[in-house]
Amino acid sequence: FLSLPLQAKMSRLVQARRLEGIDKNVWVEFVKLAATYSKVNLGQGFPDFPAPDFLREAFTRALGGENHMLHQYTRAFGHPPLVKVLAQFFGKLLGQDLDPMNNVMVTVGAYQALFCCFQAFVDEGDEVIIIEPFFDCYESMVKMAGGTPVFVPLRLKAPKDGKLMSSADWQLDTAELASKFSKRTKAIVLNSPNNPLGKVFSRGELELIADLCVKNDVLCISDEVYEWLVYDGKEHIRIASLPGMWDRTVIIGSAGKTFSATGWKVGWTLGPDRLLQHLRTVHQNSVYHCATIAQEAVAQGFQRELMLYGKPDSYFVQLPRQLQQKRDCLVRSLEAVGMKPIIPQGTYFLVADISEFKSDVPDVPSSDEPYDYRFAKWMIKNKGLAAIPLSAFFSEAHKNNYTNFIRFCFAKEDATLKAANDILQKWKKEKTS
Amino acid sequence: MLFASRSFCCHGIRTYQLRTYLLSRSIKHSASATMAFRHKNTRRIEGLDSNVWVEFTKVAADPSIVNLGQGLPDISPPSYVKEELAKVAAVDRLNQYTRGFGHPSLVKALSQVYERVCGRKIDPLTDILVTVGAYGSLFSTIQALIEEGDEVIIIEPFYDCYEPMVRMAGAKPVFIPLRCKNDGNSASSADWVLDPAELASKFNSKTKAIILNTPHNPIGKVFTQEELQVIADLCIKHDTLCISDEVYEWLVYKGNKHIKIATLPGMWERTVTIGSAGKTYSVTGWKLGWSIGPENLIKHLQVVHQNTLYTCPTPLQEALAQAFCTDYKRMDDPDCYFYSLSRELEGKRDRMARLLKEAGLKPVVPDGGYFMIVDVSTLNVDLSNVDEKQPYDYKFVKWMIASKKLSAIPLSAFCGPETKKQFEKYIRFCFIKKDSTLDAAEVILKNWNKQ
Repeated sequence: FLSLPLQAKMSRLVQARRLEGIDKNVWVEFVKLAATYSKVNLGQGFPDFPAPDFLREAFTRALGGENHMLHQYTRAFGHPPLVKVLAQFFGKLLGQDLDPMNNVMVTVGAYQALFCCFQAFVDEGDEVIIIEPFFDCYESMVKMAGGTPVFVPLRLKAPKDGKLMSSADWQLDTAELASKFSKRTKAIVLNSPNNPLGKVFSRGELELIADLCVKNDVLCISDEVYEWLVYDGKEHIRIASLPGMWDRTVIIGSAGKTFSATGWKVGWTLGPDRLLQHLRTVHQNSVYHCATIAQEAVAQGFQRELMLYGKPDSYFVQLPRQLQQKRDCLVRSLEAVGMKPIIPQGTYFLVADISEFKSDVPDVPSSDEPYDYRFAKWMIKNKGLAAIPLSAFFSEAHKNNYTNFIRFCFAKEDATLKAANDILQKWKKEKTS
Repeated sequence: MLFASRSFCCHGIRTYQLRTYLLSRSIKHSASATMAFRHKNTRRIEGLDSNVWVEFTKVAADPSIVNLGQGLPDISPPSYVKEELAKVAAVDRLNQYTRGFGHPSLVKALSQVYERVCGRKIDPLTDILVTVGAYGSLFSTIQALIEEGDEVIIIEPFYDCYEPMVRMAGAKPVFIPLRCKNDGNSASSADWVLDPAELASKFNSKTKAIILNTPHNPIGKVFTQEELQVIADLCIKHDTLCISDEVYEWLVYKGNKHIKIATLPGMWERTVTIGSAGKTYSVTGWKLGWSIGPENLIKHLQVVHQNTLYTCPTPLQEALAQAFCTDYKRMDDPDCYFYSLSRELEGKRDRMARLLKEAGLKPVVPDGGYFMIVDVSTLNVDLSNVDEKQPYDYKFVKWMIASKKLSAIPLSAFCGPETKKQFEKYIRFCFIKKDSTLDAAEVILKNWNKQ
């Protein structure tokens, strides 16, 4: 082979300025670590149990059919059967008459939906309010669009004596939130149920946010990918259904989370045409089409759920039921060894306080890596158990606010959770002996 | 300030939702009366909302129309490719996230195939990014490397997304047309050439990149070694990047050879080469593409990717990896799909050209790709009474769809504003179509003059 040792001599930086400060990514680092060292991976958020049979069967049926045109381009803004059933399904839930062509757009996962929102609405100088802790891409996407992220924290209120912490104990301060809105505020990003805490925003909390959006004429980007994963009879409330909100909200959903098939990368946006038209412009100038076959299968999945809505056989009833049990199992494991879990009201994530285990990983005050990063990395390498440090979900300025927490994903087979329990039990024994 | 009523407890959620809906509608009325909606689009997408495909795919969706417009095959992908995808559906793990920058087995297979083609070592982890179609690669490359203040040279006619993507990145497109050598009488895509002096005049200190597309859509030109050398020399002289869209790389017809500009001296380090599963395996609906280049460029594309969609679908990547492994093993064998597809298409190309000539049209026979442009001015169809400000070719195609039930794409969709006059006598046909589609086209063309 030829080898060319010459380096391009570019007199200026080759990369665009929009990439400044967004090159680091916690997942790149932690996914690699987990792949190398972990025996039990409760880190990155994906199920290790199979996607439901009916979904996989829909995929196989689509492939086996006579119609080989499913291997070719479909409608750019969403495969017709999928946008039609999404319009029907969510129209009912939102109390809106949704036009599949104008009020729905399919994207490559919820991730690309978020990207379209920021690119469509955030110009240089615009501010976007992000509630901490947050799914990390919100900050980097706002920055890539030239916007300024403005952070407002959920603050942990001390639980009642003797009770375990709950994600409900993390709350916004009303006055603090109001103070974050300025003339330059373009949008607020809401994520309910919240990753990483599992908080399910209450009606009162959503009304507070909605009031401020309406008063300040601000858009709401509502990331609702975990909408079906709510526990203990809690209700997921869609902010777009609150007064004044439909016209200023883009709702984001995910087939990956809805149907436990994260690798299919099918997501969607719902909203008024006058907002979605701009998402369509971004989409047609960035990826244009999404893969056809997965959309066909997801459409069939939704047809099934439309018929079974509210019934015991509905996947949207069964999945949260199963996950609640897994949540409770992990909570018990963590409690038993002295890690203090914050009981999540929703999602498949759980954050736990690891203070009792700090002696294993001495603090290094001079280190610029937050303590929980060091702890999580040590735990993956030495205990083979992967989790994600909570400070990954905070802005740079606030990374050291909560350094004793790590996030576990419990969307795992019982065997995986048992294996995690074994590691934790063994670890505890080693500490006490 | 209106608050949602809380007295829903007795009646349940549905009643609440209805009341909220009615409340929100009443607010909508009062809100729109008092404040103008300030949430318009960002500057970066200003003027980028219209799109030729949205207009013409809608028109051609009518099943009574023989659709030779949009570039998608109506032939079946090879059966082993479909089978790989069917196999993958059964593997649980493959329904979950894979590596963001590209599924390991796929980047490995791509590195093997392209190492062989390029004659150089390609690191699957640092030199390759898998994207959502070649479209996604173009977007990632342009967002990564192009910004306000930059100029990007685009050769006309061009695949229509180049211009809006360059504009969305805040940069200025600088156009240079391919010109017909033989004074307008073109029988072959090889007749269309760049004027070297004119090309050189487009380069300056602001020129960040040139976008090259070979084999070329829509003309089907396969750039020769000499032509690529002219471009390469200018890139090196002006320290310019080259974005090389080579999605039709396997579709070259007898007597032609696809040459990768990245293999010319001094070009690897400044070139991002883009490929497409959709065009390679006739699976446009899989939307998988890739960018290949030196680490110091690809790493920036990876940053864009991790901030746009993060990862591409897993099952499709795995199936594609298996298909590539199959064909990699037979790259010395004429039955390799990379070669058999182009043989199949050459026959369709020749048939299409013959039919068009018999109808009195002047096709430009392409050396590569699956499109053919046709000079329709010879027919002298008078459309001056059509009261629209659109270029002649737009009007011609609409007339042809309505009166002949045959669709194509107007060539001026692929030009910058200055050259529309030059290209408005051409329309583009796609010939990656099954025999029955071409049979139907044949009937229309044979009867053309009988109406």
